[in-house]
Amino acid sequence: MAIAEAPEAVAAATTTTPGIVEIAGLRKRFGTNEVLKGVDLSVKRGEVIVIIGKSGSGKSTLLRCVNGLEVFDEGSLHVDGQPLLHGNVAAMRALRQDVGMIFQNFNLFPHLSVGRNVMLAPSLVKKRPGPAGVEQAKRLLARVGLAEKFDAQPDQLSGGQQQRVAIARALAMEPAVLLCDEITSALDPELVGEVLRVVESLADEGMTLMMVTHEMNFARKVADRVVFMHAGRIHEIGPPEQLFGSPQTAELKQFLSAVHV
Amino acid sequence: MVDFSLWDILRNLLQAVRWTVALSLIAFIGGGLIGLGLLVARIAKVRGAEAFAVAYVQLFQGTPLLMQLFLAYFGLALFGLNVSAWTAAALALTLYSSAYLTEIWRGCVNAVAKGQWEASSALALTLREQLRYVIGPQALKVAVPPTVGFSVQIIKGTALASVIGFVELTKAGTMIANATFRPFTVYACVALMYFVLCFPVSYWARTLERKLHGHR
Repeated sequence: MAIAEAPEAVAAATTTTPGIVEIAGLRKRFGTNEVLKGVDLSVKRGEVIVIIGKSGSGKSTLLRCVNGLEVFDEGSLHVDGQPLLHGNVAAMRALRQDVGMIFQNFNLFPHLSVGRNVMLAPSLVKKRPGPAGVEQAKRLLARVGLAEKFDAQPDQLSGGQQQRVAIARALAMEPAVLLCDEITSALDPELVGEVLRVVESLADEGMTLMMVTHEMNFARKVADRVVFMHAGRIHEIGPPEQLFGSPQTAELKQFLSAVHV
Repeated sequence: MVDFSLWDILRNLLQAVRWTVALSLIAFIGGGLIGLGLLVARIAKVRGAEAFAVAYVQLFQGTPLLMQLFLAYFGLALFGLNVSAWTAAALALTLYSSAYLTEIWRGCVNAVAKGQWEASSALALTLREQLRYVIGPQALKVAVPPTVGFSVQIIKGTALASVIGFVELTKAGTMIANATFRPFTVYACVALMYFVLCFPVSYWARTLERKLHGHR
């Protein structure tokens, strides 16, 4: 299978400074079904990587491997130089503090207020004292445009608002990398924009993002590199203008024509 | 022949009620602690915990409580352990309760959405923190009605301890009936006392269920 590497990407892989996320030879099986068939990817600090592909191509699985929600079978994965070691509770805890994640279904804690959703993990994991945690949570909620929702319950919010709280919650851990797994797929169309605008502002501020999405316009506008996954492999990778403008493989051409880009 | 007034009957039954209450509390608290321990061991994927818990639950759910009481009372004696009826009853009812409670609570933990585990894992919470702050509170909300409901079963289950000679409400009723020759009156009083114990509990369970349901 032809893997069309962008010249820039090849150059990046050969430089001596390692990326914030280094994935090498990653393989993952669900029973007899191999969903990742050897994935190599190096993500630079501050880079925005958008992962596209058909459902079942392994894009969400790849993302979920980065913070250990999925256990991979072969290969290696480093975040900021730390190897991902599944059996090692302390190493996983350290790694997960560097990797935030936002989910399709928000997954806010329904029994906690918005403010407590944001403050819970920092107070437990980073031992941040109460007043500092409150101050940080208020600042982050203001950043996602929800300053007045500190005391609201999650079920009182719209989907777009819930997802923005989830972003604030992930940011409260001050992660080096943020994983976004189809974060607008469960939203009504009119609510997609407010969430993507927040993500775009994070990208502008230099946050490293790895994002699985179906929003091709967003990918074109914000991504530094686009990864096209097909059948468990990185099929094409490169800057958005290259992937969307002159796709090299039949599979990508077919995928792009199917999503009307 | 001695004449027994209704008050004599009630007075003696009331003396025995405390043993029914004590036995119920021990079975519920002891069973709850063991059940919780088993549940956490299963969730934490302690080696062998899953297989043990499955066998344990099957054993206690698949045999009559009466047999468990007999086995605790007569079986331990075979091993040279001279246990009193009180100890045997407390032990059997505790184990019986733990098997049911661990299974009830496992269902409640499973009822919490998988995304809650994933989100709290992604935020670097440890298993203990996840259970304490994220999963536990949500499971607890689901667990209250069936747990309170089961505690009524425990109260009624203590009646079986009478067959190994432990003097709780039912055994006291039998003894008083034999002495007074007024079995209907006595057993009516016994039934009434069980009702007085169980009704508030099941009423509370229904209220809680309605309240928790309304919050969703």
